[in-house]
Amino acid sequence: MAEHRIETPVSDETIEKLRAGDRVFITGYLYTGRDSAHKKLIELVKEGKDLPLDIKGQFIYYVGPTPARPGKPIGSAGPTTSYRMDSFAPTLHSMGLKGTIGKGSRNEEVKEALKKYKAAYFAAVGGAGALISKSIESSEVIAYPELGPEAIRRVKVKDFPCIVINDMYGGDLYEEGKKKYQKKKD
Amino acid sequence: MKVISLAKVRDTIKDLVQKANFELQDDVLDVIKDMEEKEESPAGKEVFKQILDNVKIARDEKLGLCQDTGLAVFFVELGEDVELQKDGGLGSLSEAITEGTRAGYEEGYLRKSVVEDPIRRKNTGDNTPAYIHWELVPGDAFKVTFIAKGGGAENMSAVQMFAPAAGMEGIEDFVVETVDKGGSNPCPPIIVGVGAGGNFEYSALLAKKALLRRPLGSHSYDPFYADMERRLLERINNLGIGPQGMGGRITALAVHVEAFPCHIASMPAAVNIQCHSHRVLSFEL
Repeated sequence: MAEHRIETPVSDETIEKLRAGDRVFITGYLYTGRDSAHKKLIELVKEGKDLPLDIKGQFIYYVGPTPARPGKPIGSAGPTTSYRMDSFAPTLHSMGLKGTIGKGSRNEEVKEALKKYKAAYFAAVGGAGALISKSIESSEVIAYPELGPEAIRRVKVKDFPCIVINDMYGGDLYEEGKKKYQKKKD
Repeated sequence: MKVISLAKVRDTIKDLVQKANFELQDDVLDVIKDMEEKEESPAGKEVFKQILDNVKIARDEKLGLCQDTGLAVFFVELGEDVELQKDGGLGSLSEAITEGTRAGYEEGYLRKSVVEDPIRRKNTGDNTPAYIHWELVPGDAFKVTFIAKGGGAENMSAVQMFAPAAGMEGIEDFVVETVDKGGSNPCPPIIVGVGAGGNFEYSALLAKKALLRRPLGSHSYDPFYADMERRLLERINNLGIGPQGMGGRITALAVHVEAFPCHIASMPAAVNIQCHSHRVLSFEL
């Protein structure tokens, strides 16, 4: 398992280096979004309108943070379960989105989109939101403030820790990891 | 007759929901540390390390252990001989619990994770309503147990109505299959609450009550179900899902089973999944 330090926005060459199981530390900007924000973004795409963010080369982090305490950039900010965004992700990858960060497995359509559009899916540790908040330096709401925790934020991260779950070659850490440690019935 | 002040209930709940979201209790931490020792996979060990680092930061900085600070779920045991004192502008016990929840989630910078309608989905903005289960008991006891229940693990839960012929194996297979299907989604290592018997709605309530058993990982008083808990924990941990689903020996920290009488035609079973961030706290007045 290799370790990579990458900066967003990323190019195809960066994604080509990543394999399922690799540890990755991300520096740069991430966009946050979860259920309601994705629904709104996809409605804009269907209507042929511009998105409130340029997603080319970018990553979306599936998170709805707790409110920030005074003087802090953000509250607790760990990943939410990703499958709920499965129906939206392929469209965004086709528009240049290079990565999503969450937790839990993706469906076949998402995995195919990662191969087709050269992208990757990463997991951060679910339930470690206080720890993860330490790698977030700033945060600003850029769209849908009315959604509260579900608003789209642009967050500046430094060495944000995650693991490649699905790479652009069809590798899947969840499947490989489970196979390795499974004990068959007697 | 014991007199309980509603204002005191509200204020205690305001503090309780915050403390539960900032600090894992010792019995939960003990099980996590014990299971960390047993984990063999490098990725799994790293997950345990991050979980324990996270516990320290959340406690020291009063930050939510998880950004999903949950639905506020309460189990209230109210003694029939208790008199409620309607002070602090509060007219009922449910109002006191609701107001305590609202104030605690606001003061503690906890996330507001409730929408007012399942389809139209507008956030209520204050994490209410609270989800309150009432139990009227003899005497003058007054006990409230709070669990901050996140959505990710709750979504992987299930209820099934079995024919009695399915027997013990039927229920055990159902529990293991439910955990297997959930895979990496509910933030393993998980805690598995099983409700066996009752009826359709009661089985689900039993499964949630099973999660509340303290200390975490203790076994049923009934040796039959204690054995079932041991068998289920072993089978679940043989699935290989591991911490965060990345492969490993520890998929579950504990399995608790609660059973109840049921109809001669039925054998309901429910599985309530809880994440490793097991935020449960009680108080008595």
